[in-house]
Amino acid sequence: MGGLFSAYAWGMVWKFRSTFLLGLANTAASAAVGIILSLILGIIFGLMATSEKPVLRAIARVYVEFIQNTPVMLQVCFLYYFLAFSQHSIGILPTGMIGLGVYHGAYVAEVFRAGITAVPKGQFEAAKSQGFNYFEEMYYIILPQTVKIILPPMVNQVVNLIKNTSCLYIIGGTDLIAQTYSFVTGEITGGAYGPAYFVAGALFFVVCYPLSRLATNWEKRLKAREVATVAKAETAAV
Amino acid sequence: MATLGASFSIITNPKIIQYLLKGTLFTVIISVVAVLLSILIGSVLALVRNYCNAPENKFFKLLATIYIEVFRNTPLMLWVFIGVVFLPIPKALTHKMFGLSSVETKLLFKAAISLILFTSAVIAEIIRGGLNAVPKGQFEAAQSQGFSVVQEMTYIILPQAYRKIVPTLLSQVISTIKDTSYLANVAVIELMARTKQLLSSANRYNGTGTINASDVFVLFGIAALIYFIINFTLSVIVRRMQKKQAKVPVRAQTM
Repeated sequence: MGGLFSAYAWGMVWKFRSTFLLGLANTAASAAVGIILSLILGIIFGLMATSEKPVLRAIARVYVEFIQNTPVMLQVCFLYYFLAFSQHSIGILPTGMIGLGVYHGAYVAEVFRAGITAVPKGQFEAAKSQGFNYFEEMYYIILPQTVKIILPPMVNQVVNLIKNTSCLYIIGGTDLIAQTYSFVTGEITGGAYGPAYFVAGALFFVVCYPLSRLATNWEKRLKAREVATVAKAETAAV
Repeated sequence: MATLGASFSIITNPKIIQYLLKGTLFTVIISVVAVLLSILIGSVLALVRNYCNAPENKFFKLLATIYIEVFRNTPLMLWVFIGVVFLPIPKALTHKMFGLSSVETKLLFKAAISLILFTSAVIAEIIRGGLNAVPKGQFEAAQSQGFSVVQEMTYIILPQAYRKIVPTLLSQVISTIKDTSYLANVAVIELMARTKQLLSSANRYNGTGTINASDVFVLFGIAALIYFIINFTLSVIVRRMQKKQAKVPVRAQTM
């Protein structure tokens, strides 16, 4: 099993723990920046997708469709090589952050669009009638109402983004997966496949599983509340 | 971008077009096979996780739950690497086929099995969603008609669950087509890897002797376009199906 039960292999992993910790730090950093970037892009394009101007809606549509229908790996590669061969390389980690942010931004935009469309029309009219301008309307009235719809899919996006940091490997990144791979193929450390992959998987799982659980529970609670509200409304109507 | 013309000349080479299209074919075939097999494995996982509630079966429920959660919360890349090291592939399968060398065939099988194991966990959760949407009355009705558990599932429950999740499964095909690009990290078989491979030898084909930014633009642009055409077509179909499903009145669905 690639030394999964060998004390020597585990000792190697422990001895070179800084390799894994560096990978974890890089994965965490690219995930964190990626999440913030995707949130910014998601809000901008989500608002554009729900705007009254057809041009803005079209731009948002093109962004979302093009990004969602091509692999993140391809986008990151494109960005990295394009910058590298035009002598404008910004480094592997920043490229990865931008690539991940742009990719998941398209998904976050769809989440926001769905959230905003779920708010009843009367709310928009009410806000307008009270003299709110567009940004006040969104900030004070509409977006707060979308939070509970948006949160579960948002958390799922965060989980996916964390997992997708592994695509940094293809451009020579130093994320957790890439570090693990260079550990198991390294000259001194090579061969300790079992423990190394186990550690990498466990680190991902420890971060992602609680988040997935949180999202599922939120969703369940939301659905239960919806059912309860509908039942209440029905009994009230009778 | 003065070299753009030279870059475009790469893709006028019929051999290169053929090379890329073959990669596309691999991408599509790997994805479709992966999703179909994952539906099989995923169904078993979903049924076990959902209905093995009797105390003597709890162990299997736990196993299915662990399988699903572990694969869903770790990256595919990790499983591809693990598959390449640990999956045993019988010698009979590791010879030249589909125009790949024997080493590549071996890697293809290993990576594809990793992809299937990973996708099974995702599809299991989709199927569970479908199962949970089947009205309780259907289970009771099946039991009251004297169906055994296996008959109940195969004839009554699963067909209804599958019908509900057809659009979701189809959009999983889109995700899987994108996921096959992770195979590019271990072998040059599918579209993504072939594009990267072409880029690394672009200086031999574009006539300028160097690799230029415009080569990246053209080659990755073509690959992106191919992915986009396939996936966008699928997503249009998915949306149309979802609209149709939404139109069916709720009353009729539960009846």
